[in-house]
Amino acid sequence: MKELGDQALDHLREVAQEPDLSGTRYELGEEVARGGMGVVYSARDRELERVVALKVVAAEIADPETVARLRREARIIAHLEHPGIVPVHDVGALPDGRVFYAMKLVTGKRLDAQAREVPTLGERLRLFLRICEPVAFAHAHGVIHRDLKPQNVMVGPFGEVLVMDWGVAKHREEPPASRSGAPPTPRPASDHDTAHGTVLGTPAYMAPEQARGEVDRVDARADVYSLGAILLFLLTGQTPGRTKASPEEPTRTWAGPARPPAALPSRRLAPGLPRALEAICGKALAPDPDGRYATVDDLAADVGRFLEGERVSAYPENAWRKARRFAGRHRTAIALVVAYLVMRIVLLVVARV
Amino acid sequence: MAFPETRRSVVLAVRSADPEERARALDGLVEAYWRPVYRHIRTRWREDEEDARDLAQGFFAAALEKGWLVRFDPERGKFRTYLLTCLDGHVAKERRAARRLKRGGDATFVPLEQPDEDGETRELPLRAGTDLEAEFQREWARSLFSLAVESLRARCAGTGKAVAFALFERYDIDGAEASDRPSYAQLGAEHGLPVTQVTNHLHWARRELRAAVLGKLREITASEEEYRSEARALLGVEAP
Repeated sequence: MKELGDQALDHLREVAQEPDLSGTRYELGEEVARGGMGVVYSARDRELERVVALKVVAAEIADPETVARLRREARIIAHLEHPGIVPVHDVGALPDGRVFYAMKLVTGKRLDAQAREVPTLGERLRLFLRICEPVAFAHAHGVIHRDLKPQNVMVGPFGEVLVMDWGVAKHREEPPASRSGAPPTPRPASDHDTAHGTVLGTPAYMAPEQARGEVDRVDARADVYSLGAILLFLLTGQTPGRTKASPEEPTRTWAGPARPPAALPSRRLAPGLPRALEAICGKALAPDPDGRYATVDDLAADVGRFLEGERVSAYPENAWRKARRFAGRHRTAIALVVAYLVMRIVLLVVARV
Repeated sequence: MAFPETRRSVVLAVRSADPEERARALDGLVEAYWRPVYRHIRTRWREDEEDARDLAQGFFAAALEKGWLVRFDPERGKFRTYLLTCLDGHVAKERRAARRLKRGGDATFVPLEQPDEDGETRELPLRAGTDLEAEFQREWARSLFSLAVESLRARCAGTGKAVAFALFERYDIDGAEASDRPSYAQLGAEHGLPVTQVTNHLHWARRELRAAVLGKLREITASEEEYRSEARALLGVEAP
């Protein structure tokens, strides 16, 4: 028997993983991404002469739950027609038994990589609002994503946002006790996470009730929590519960009663962060779902109010803070009034002299 | 046509009451595990080629005679891991026996182990950074793929698929080791085929290779769960 060399073995392992597209309308391209649920390849659709992405799961060796999840993900996405959700074109089985679905090939960067390139607070908040839109749309159609995190958000070259990976999404009509209603297994950290020591395979973006496997309690407010964690990440580069950027330190979700805004770790991590924004994060990240925003729209509205310089619902203001916000919002008008008053005083003094 | 999907597990067949079936099953196991076992003895136990061969042979014989293979419980883990544990135990015992013999026979004794401070002996230290289980797994993968390639070769020989295997061997095996792998166009010119046909032949051979690897894997695993887990490690993504 001819012994295979190291390079031949590695190459054969690689080509044996390639999906067999013979007899299909697709022509295999490059591997685009690899995750817990399958491998995504680019492929050319010969019929429509366009490049698509194929998400493939090796059904003959994957566990049945993974295969079912892929099919469910394709069905869920197919029913969510929104510019912020990748459209599915096709679903089926390949000649070698693997199952796949074809979707739009997304170009852009993952949010965790893109966030560093968004310089201003205002731009980050507007980016966050664009993430909220498809999630709110899905909620309106009864679908909870349940795995929102920066790694599952793509930002396109024109700032367009796509929420990806609906593999553990749940439709409200699914029975909660079914296997599909089980909480997602915490996934290994991606290369990016490991390199920066921020996530390290912990469910940092997962709502506490979801992490505890309380399936019956997981509703749209679990996504509100995850969005709160994404907002915190966008504002501070940190995930909830982290006060030190040490890879050894375990990441944990917040526990206990909702903390006052001043106690949020983000305050210490980003001293320049406005307290109203901390309060928004704190409300979205409340350990008890009843303490959070009831809907994603409510969360987005508060962020929008902050952007407009209006009072946010999560942050009770005393008279002084109210005045400061008012001053910040009407800076030009106040400056003109002050200048006018100063001028009048000067004129008065000059006239008396 | 792909290789048949369901094959009898030789891991389970070694328990058969039928001596012939038992012998066939052992042949299957030896075929798949000979090389990983031999290499492990060489790297882990630092034996020379001849002694490693003898120990490997003795191990498979002992595994059958002493009922180690029969005692394997698929519920408790992977067969590969179990076999490795048995192998290390066997080699350690053989070496102790050899030492006793040498001491008793007044022969020149070259210690295989270094004395500890308290007078006990221990094995020679391993090379830093060597992951023996990972090495064993790699040799096991090499053995599995080598068997699958040979199986594909035999299947294609003398049939219309001989050219497909020739292209596959040239591009995916020899080409992977060579610094200048031929292009599909060059392969087509060599065999008088258009590039599309070269592509089709290679796709066919790779698909058959995958099926052959999985078929062989099915033979040397004891349960569906073990099969899927090993297949994912070998060919796919790990479970989420």
